[in-house]
Amino acid sequence: MDSMGSRNDSAGADDGAGRPGNGRGAAPGEPPDPAGGTGPAGRSAARHGTSRPPGRHHSEVTLRVNGTPRTLTVDHRSVLLDVLRERLDLVGAKKGCDHGQCGSCTVLVDGRRVNSCLLPAVALDGCDITTVEGLADGGAPHPLQQAFLDRDAFQCGYCTPGQLCSAVGAVAEAEAGHPSLVTDPGAPSGRPVPLGPDEIRERLSGNLCRCGAYPNIVRAVEDVIR
Amino acid sequence: MKPFAYARAATVEEAAGLYAAHPGARYLGGGTNLVDLMKLGVEEPAALVDVSRLPLDTVDELPDGSVRVGATVRNSDLAAHPTVRDRYPALSQALLAGASGQLRNAATTGGNLLQRTRCPYFQDTDKPCNKRVPGSGCAARDGAHRDHAVLGHSPQCIATHPSDLAVALAALDARVELYGAGGARTVPAAEFHRLPGDRPEQDTEIRPGELITGVVLPAAPAGLPSLYRKARDRASYAFALASVAAVLGVEGGVVRHVGIAFGALAHRPWRARRAERALLGAAPTTAAFERAADLELAAAEPLRDNAYKVRLARNLAVDALERLAHGSPRTGN
Ligand SMILES: Cc1cc2nc3c(=O)[nH]c(=O)nc-3n(C[C@H](O)[C@H](O)[C@H](O)COP(=O)(O)OP(=O)(O)OC[C@H]3O[C@@H](n4cnc5c(N)ncnc54)[C@H](O)[C@@H]3O)c2cc1C
Ligand code: SF4
Ligand code: FES
Ligand code: FES
Repeated sequence: MDSMGSRNDSAGADDGAGRPGNGRGAAPGEPPDPAGGTGPAGRSAARHGTSRPPGRHHSEVTLRVNGTPRTLTVDHRSVLLDVLRERLDLVGAKKGCDHGQCGSCTVLVDGRRVNSCLLPAVALDGCDITTVEGLADGGAPHPLQQAFLDRDAFQCGYCTPGQLCSAVGAVAEAEAGHPSLVTDPGAPSGRPVPLGPDEIRERLSGNLCRCGAYPNIVRAVEDVIR
Repeated sequence: MKPFAYARAATVEEAAGLYAAHPGARYLGGGTNLVDLMKLGVEEPAALVDVSRLPLDTVDELPDGSVRVGATVRNSDLAAHPTVRDRYPALSQALLAGASGQLRNAATTGGNLLQRTRCPYFQDTDKPCNKRVPGSGCAARDGAHRDHAVLGHSPQCIATHPSDLAVALAALDARVELYGAGGARTVPAAEFHRLPGDRPEQDTEIRPGELITGVVLPAAPAGLPSLYRKARDRASYAFALASVAAVLGVEGGVVRHVGIAFGALAHRPWRARRAERALLGAAPTTAAFERAADLELAAAEPLRDNAYKVRLARNLAVDALERLAHGSPRTGN
């Protein structure tokens, strides 16, 4: 079995909370590749007759991260989470499971919450990314961040960045009329869905909290939608 | 993970061409299953052909009253679509019963149907698995198979298909649209996934390089009461232990239209044709629902540790049909 890339091996589920990047670049020893554009794969392949020509496995992408355009050459294997944490020094989004099962890596892509551990960065060229670092408005915390503080909605804090981004996305979804499994099927389509505790619990079920801070997370979300 | 090439297709034709030009290629939808399997070493594509931005992201009403869903419509958007919510509630509910809000925002209609089994041995490259490595054996048969199939399994494979969406599509008589080297074709959703037989490596009827371009929901069940019920180990964000999608049309005191499909019982959504035949023309009573469910599940061949699924599925089906007959199609958990 082929092993995972070195970056992936460096941060497994037991890696501890919120450790910043380990200082290794994403593609050690690999030069940035000017030919690795976004065109169809293989167009620039075999130019040098090597077994692994530059460009075939790397591409240049531009991500607008928390409002700032960032252009970088990424190994196609890099998922958004690793690019954020290890290339852009945004270590708010956490690697819990690396397999879509915990939600601690949740960020907003074009305003929608997603698991950044399962998204190849190369597929996001041109997208807007908002991480927990981008929720605050200047010096003032986002109302939801303030509500988490006021309600003591965390213990160790490892899941918190994912909970915050997920809740911001969930509130927007409800405002846009997206139902959840506990929404009354008879509720009118397309109208904002009011969020009570059952709705909040169901909509945030994609974010696990090992410390069990759920009751106060629900209260904090209730605070901001009142 | 092995390095791979990447290309984004702008059209369906370009996608098929890129796939053909890159041996070992895979299509990339939302990536929520494929990337997971690549991290596990189960999938090792030489190239990804990104189809997630193909212009197949709309839900359109066709002149004959059917509704066409493009392959790149995200699961969350499909579940929220007013036409789908109003005419095919079981479809909306099945989607909302699956995965999480984050995953549904990324997952596509096409990718959802082609997600692979959650059999833990399939995901573990150190274990024998006929689906992953044909001929290597089946670790689940004598191993942990509480979540596995009770219907239609084979000596080679006892896996179930994990999609909730596929179960609703089967009950609603939807069709899957495909495009490939041989041109375009459609396959009934209830026959798109296969039983394992002696080729468990083949989940569906799709041919190499073929692309799912969309799904068509027919006019017949539109607007009839329908719902999706799912039993699982926790209240949310878990795969089904058993599930049922049902649509029921009653006129003049007898059943005029019925579609029932079970999820998590077999290698494909299990369309309950026997139960349906027993109900057509009958009065929609609890006794009739129980008889029909028992008739269908008489074919079950539970394994050592999953006989509970038969009773669970039966009770889910009876409950779903009663709710539909009595006009209280609220799902919840
Ligand atoms: C933690 C977790 C929980 C989950 N729970 C559930 C659940 O409860 N119920 C449920 O139903 N699902 C569940 N899922 C699975 C999820 O629904 C699927 O991963 C998702 O629907 C796959 O869609 P995608 O677009 O991301 O597919 P991808 O991962 O991009 O692709 C999946 C497969 O389809 C192929 N493919 C993609 N698009 C096309 C196309 N247009 N034509 C041809 N081939 C294509 C790919 O090559 C790949 O083989 C869960 C997933 C996770 C990680
Ligand atoms: S049940 Fe199927 S998928 Fe699971 S180990 Fe056996 S052959 Fe593999
Ligand atoms: S790290 Fe757990 S869902 Fe992404
Ligand atoms: S606060 Fe510790 S995991 Fe949620």
